[in-house]
Amino acid sequence: MKRSLLGGLAASTAILFPMIASAQTEVQFWHAFTGRLGELVKAQVEEFNASQSDYVVVESHKGNYSETLNAGIAAFRAGEQPHILMVFEVGTATMMAAGGAIKPVHEVMAQSGAEFDPDAYIGAVKGYYTSTDGEMLSLPFNSSTPVLWVNRDAMQEAGVDPDTDLSTWQNVGAVLDQLKEGGEECGLVTAWQSWIHLENFSAYHDVPFATQDNGFAGLDTELALNGPAQIAHLTAMGEWAQDGKFIYTGRRNEGGANFRAGECALFTESSAGYAGISSEAEFEFDVRPLPYWEGVGNAPQNTIIGGASLWVMEGHEDAEYKGVGEFLSFLSSSDVQASWHQNTGYLPITAEAGVATRAAGFYEQNPGTDIAVIQMTAKEPTANSKGLRLGSFDQIRGIIDEELEGIWAGDKTAQEAMDSAKERGDALLRRFEAANR
Amino acid sequence: MEKRVTFRGWWLPALLIAPQVLISAVFFFYPAGQAIWQSLFIPDPFGLSSQFVGLGNFEFLLSDKFYRASFATTAVFSILVTLCSMIPALFLAVIADRLIKGSGVYRTLLIWPYAVAPAVAGVLWLFMFNTRVGVVSWYLGNLGYDWNHVLNGGEAMGLVVVASAWGRISYNFLFFFAALQAVPKSVIEAAAIDGARFWKRFWTIVLPLLSPTTFFLLVVNVVYSFFETFGVIHTITSGGPQQSTTILVYKVFSDGFVGQDLGSSSAQSVILLIVVGLLTVIQFKFVEKRVHY
Repeated sequence: MKRSLLGGLAASTAILFPMIASAQTEVQFWHAFTGRLGELVKAQVEEFNASQSDYVVVESHKGNYSETLNAGIAAFRAGEQPHILMVFEVGTATMMAAGGAIKPVHEVMAQSGAEFDPDAYIGAVKGYYTSTDGEMLSLPFNSSTPVLWVNRDAMQEAGVDPDTDLSTWQNVGAVLDQLKEGGEECGLVTAWQSWIHLENFSAYHDVPFATQDNGFAGLDTELALNGPAQIAHLTAMGEWAQDGKFIYTGRRNEGGANFRAGECALFTESSAGYAGISSEAEFEFDVRPLPYWEGVGNAPQNTIIGGASLWVMEGHEDAEYKGVGEFLSFLSSSDVQASWHQNTGYLPITAEAGVATRAAGFYEQNPGTDIAVIQMTAKEPTANSKGLRLGSFDQIRGIIDEELEGIWAGDKTAQEAMDSAKERGDALLRRFEAANR
Repeated sequence: MEKRVTFRGWWLPALLIAPQVLISAVFFFYPAGQAIWQSLFIPDPFGLSSQFVGLGNFEFLLSDKFYRASFATTAVFSILVTLCSMIPALFLAVIADRLIKGSGVYRTLLIWPYAVAPAVAGVLWLFMFNTRVGVVSWYLGNLGYDWNHVLNGGEAMGLVVVASAWGRISYNFLFFFAALQAVPKSVIEAAAIDGARFWKRFWTIVLPLLSPTTFFLLVVNVVYSFFETFGVIHTITSGGPQQSTTILVYKVFSDGFVGQDLGSSSAQSVILLIVVGLLTVIQFKFVEKRVHY
């Protein structure tokens, strides 16, 4: 039975597919999503394909963020590039520097005649992906910002009031002590350590992560992550790690598995952790704003985004770019954005989608889901909190990861580790400057 | 004395070696030449422009103390992988050789791990030693040992060495086993009649007779640990924690394909090429003298 069904499916698609392909213009879309997020992207694409008959978007998964970027670059070198490539925020400077390989989104939209209003996008999100003269270069797709996830049951079990104020690291430190006394074996765990505890930390406390406005003002930027604010934070984290109150699980989001299984009380992770946590967690959880150090810098300033944007690649037919424009316009539409925001915990990219979500009562039914939006947009961004634009940044993050591991293992002091990260990172920034002169 | 066949004319020998020359040219000389050429530039990732820097890439690399440290890491890693894959293989081969019944089954089972791709082997070992759900780390935890290769460099190194050596044991086993079968029985029996016990016979007769095979495996395993262990490192540690498992070939990958720094990556492959070339020359010059064919 099953076999004949599959066979039938295969036969029917084999018959139907060439017909579709010949009648419609194909647009290739390479992305980095799997699991729940992958399904949601697929659903968006299917909805777009069903909504009109001129274009067909073909989505393909190309591995994690780094692998997707590499696949795009390798494909460009071979002349086989997709129309739309998802690039994570870390690759932004690389893409911006590649003038001949990309087609700025504002150009694509102007050419295609699709509906496009650059002012509709939320400033803090858009700012990351616009040129210095304010033109949008890539379309923000999934943007998130770090928040604090709380396992209320674990807090209760350790005898800590789950409603305790966790807005400052001072308070979190005290709670970690209580959790440990209460027998909790994993007080705090984190994902994306460099993004949360250095990049966002710096923006949130309004201290520079790198010179030249974090790279926005020029390629001659140097890291400034060894400042007193960052060192104080990492020193505290290092002490927590030594005391077994902060558990290090890995460089990416490995800690998510620990938190979702209910093994850890506190978890610093992207707001987009919502999709996974809400579907897997068998305990009461809360979303709280990312903690800050009371009295350090101008905290709380605003946090910055992580995630990815969609870059349109050079070298395709005009008719295909028209399809690209239509698809990007569809993705930015209020309905699509609102449902994406509600399903994933990613930020809405247009203000309208945020308003629609609030109007639908989503934030009331799911308390805390608006925290990320508020945290990012409450204050006007400063030069330190607009975002980061550093070349070779994926590699620099690797260096930062290595140095942070030195702190967590107790091999290095925070100062030694960050001085070394700066020295090594700066060398890469100089090379990037040389390559893009 | 050696027997040599002499060809008259040049076209037949040229024709006979042509396939090998062609394969070497396409799969070795051309890419190696490309790597050398590219190592002189700093290109942008998309190949749109590039700056000629002469030996600048090499200067940049060799002045980087983390790159220099990666040589030591590679040396430790390669020596451990070679030892851990050859000694158990020899041991298993000796035992299998003494089996009279069921040696076929035993042999077949021992060869299986070789069919597992390095990256898959990496994932398998990672599952067992995963700090959260790993079976082995759980047992170790019960014994009071807190296994954490995510932060402990020594444990991470141990894990990648074992994962890399594991599949290789099968390969080495095959060669050792075949070589053991070729050891003439009469010699062994003569020694036995003279009163030499098993280990005495092994050290003084069998091992010297195995030396050509051992030498071949030494060369092959060193090359393996330099180049093909990349998948294991990538899946288990990604070079971490800190830089404790960043071997040279992994750095070629991460600088080239994560950092998109193709100039530095090419320069590193050239350095790697020279290192492995030198190693092989040394092995043939010095170690081979002790080999009896």
